[in-house]
Amino acid sequence: MSGNAIEEIKERNNKLISEVLEAYPEKSAKKRAKHLGSYEAEKGECGVKSNIKTIPGVMTIRGCAYAGSKGVVWGPIKDMVHISHGPVGCGQYSWASRRNYFVGTTGVDAFGTLQFTSDFQENDIVFGGDKKLSKLIDELEVLFPLSRGISIQSECPIGLIGDDIEAVSRKKSKEIGKTIVPVRCEGFRGISQSLGHHIANDAVRDWVLDKQTGKPARFESTPYDVAIIGDYNIGGDAWSSRLLLEEIGLRIIAQWPGDGTLAEMESTPHAKLNLIHCYRSMNYISRHMEEKYGIPWIEYNFFGPTKIVESLRNIASNFDDKIKEGAERVIAKYQIMSDAVIAKYRPRLEGKKVMLFVGGLRPRHVIGAYEDLGMDVVGTGYEFGHNDDYQRTTHYVKDGTLIYDDINSFEFEKFVERVKPDLVGSGIKEKYIFQKMGVPFRQMHSWDYSGPYHGYDGFAVFARDMDMAINAPVWKLTKAPY
Amino acid sequence: MSQNAEKVIDHFELFRGPEYTEMFANKKCMFEDPAPAEELERVKEWTKSWEYREKNFARGSLTINPAKACQPLGAVFAALGFEATLPFVHGSQGCTAYYRSHFSRHFKEPTAAVSSSMSEDAAVLGGQNNLIDGLANSFALYKPKMIAVSTTCMAEVIGDDLNAFIKNAKEKGVIPAELDVPFAHTPAFVGSHVTGYDNALKGIIDHFWNGKAGTTPKLERKPNGKLNFIGGFDGYTVGNMREIKRLFELMGVEYTFIGDNSDVWDTPSDGEFRMYDGGTTLEDAANAIHAMRPSRCRSFARRRRWI
Repeated sequence: MSGNAIEEIKERNNKLISEVLEAYPEKSAKKRAKHLGSYEAEKGECGVKSNIKTIPGVMTIRGCAYAGSKGVVWGPIKDMVHISHGPVGCGQYSWASRRNYFVGTTGVDAFGTLQFTSDFQENDIVFGGDKKLSKLIDELEVLFPLSRGISIQSECPIGLIGDDIEAVSRKKSKEIGKTIVPVRCEGFRGISQSLGHHIANDAVRDWVLDKQTGKPARFESTPYDVAIIGDYNIGGDAWSSRLLLEEIGLRIIAQWPGDGTLAEMESTPHAKLNLIHCYRSMNYISRHMEEKYGIPWIEYNFFGPTKIVESLRNIASNFDDKIKEGAERVIAKYQIMSDAVIAKYRPRLEGKKVMLFVGGLRPRHVIGAYEDLGMDVVGTGYEFGHNDDYQRTTHYVKDGTLIYDDINSFEFEKFVERVKPDLVGSGIKEKYIFQKMGVPFRQMHSWDYSGPYHGYDGFAVFARDMDMAINAPVWKLTKAPY
Repeated sequence: MSQNAEKVIDHFELFRGPEYTEMFANKKCMFEDPAPAEELERVKEWTKSWEYREKNFARGSLTINPAKACQPLGAVFAALGFEATLPFVHGSQGCTAYYRSHFSRHFKEPTAAVSSSMSEDAAVLGGQNNLIDGLANSFALYKPKMIAVSTTCMAEVIGDDLNAFIKNAKEKGVIPAELDVPFAHTPAFVGSHVTGYDNALKGIIDHFWNGKAGTTPKLERKPNGKLNFIGGFDGYTVGNMREIKRLFELMGVEYTFIGDNSDVWDTPSDGEFRMYDGGTTLEDAANAIHAMRPSRCRSFARRRRWI
């Protein structure tokens, strides 16, 4: 795009931002101004503040630390029972609402789609819930003998009433001989899901990995052992990724949280290299494993063929020729299919504009996949990204891209109204708003019940879905005929 | 490879292909430390036994797959039954995100609600500033005719006083003094979502009938023979409310629906997004005091009879 056109876009963005800020009371306008901007290629920065307290009453899209811990990190671990410790609500609304796929026999050796809660009542608030927790663990043991362990996901009241879930965990763990992990992910901690990830990672470190120190692996190590960390297997994402990595000759000894097990978490320190997809949620444990066990970690991106090729080569460069040749072989093998997908869908999607707003990785990570299909991401932002996420984003976005941190319903509606993208990619709370405005929408947390989107197999599904959303004839019917 | 551009297959079929099923089997036996197959089978059969049933019912502390949710969900549901009303949940922001997601997944419609986004410092110092700022911001951005306030666990456990906070907000002038801001304390550890519905509805009715938290004179009842109808926490509210209205019209009944959320969860897809639609007018909510007593309500969705 010409320099002039980019300048015009930046002008438009600035004007749009000013208009939106006018609606706020002054105190809030000053704050929000720091979270809205355009990417300046010359400066090499997104220019927005991030990971800051949410402004009250604005209709943020953010959630809480419990969601970041139970929903994101611990929930998908399939062979452990995760207790939503506190009143019934939190566990209820996060009951099987995340599409972290797994293979297992529900209720017997896998428990992800069950809702376990201590259903706190007024009594428990007044007298404490430790006794109930202790009894509850006994009841779990009776009914679910094949569970490999238990995690206690704290809800808001736990931290406020002074319960000692760590003491209960230690005591019961000795009694039942299983891993019990207390997680202090009360919803009021932090300012979004993000601190929940951090707390969850720390719990993995303190109550799972540390207990394994000195223990041998369950298997013979090979020089090609790696771990996939931070893939939640949404619609099978981790499976379509694992396939590729195995095909190039690597052995994935651990994959979590998606379709993950306690055993895999415990085995991870035996990996030669940790591959992390979702940097935001899992960088903490990766850094720890590097510090404590000397395991290097690299970030990779399996969205769209361009990034897949780059990632496969980058990963392979850490190994010998066998793997490097394997990478080239796999790239060549899938080239035909991915070219065919592009040939089929790109002509129908060329030049279409997309506005994204997702959590902590996808606002940048999926851009390559869109560009492989000839689409333009003209606006993006994170719910709970930090400075380092926005830094990484500069390697993905074009000059003049509208950047919005912790966008709220009001801002999002105004931006879309004016920018008029061909597609909005965000979450369930946003979907129906934009569809009623006549703008095609795809959920980019849950893949709108589709997937996988990772890997070559996933790219085909992604392309099909974006085409299906944008080119559906129904959009011609949404403008009222009068 | 099972995937191909001509006939794209997704998770439904893709993972049944041989390359994946082999990968799953290998992952399981090599890295998952699975229970031995016979053990798995034994336990699986045991879960179908009478012994398991008895043990399951003997649970006293562990709740599994309950058929209920928490109070504030019901409060949001009730609040959305009034014209241009914004539900305001005072406490942790995760709760509001969850209620909105929960309702949107159910109705496949947008669900508006805001949070005062209390965090760690508010847990220590109290949430008054959050509530005051929250009222200021939500009123400025979303221009509601009414803001119905409820609470999350956190705000309840630390004992925030909604009445006082709201009065202070008005005193500070962050919202107009005449703006209707009814409230209800809705602790999630008491009762369930239907309790929250009741508390919120009572808070709204109380506000209009009993002097708006002491700021206006109480209304005096002058019976007018109309019927009040309360739909309760009904997942089929959109269809049910409309049908009941139709039946009332056929019978020639003069009625007021107290808390009518049948429109806000069924707005048209015509190119315009409506955050508010329909709902019991604030005037009707107040005038409902003159109706016949008792009101008619759907008994299984409401727990108490208080009007």
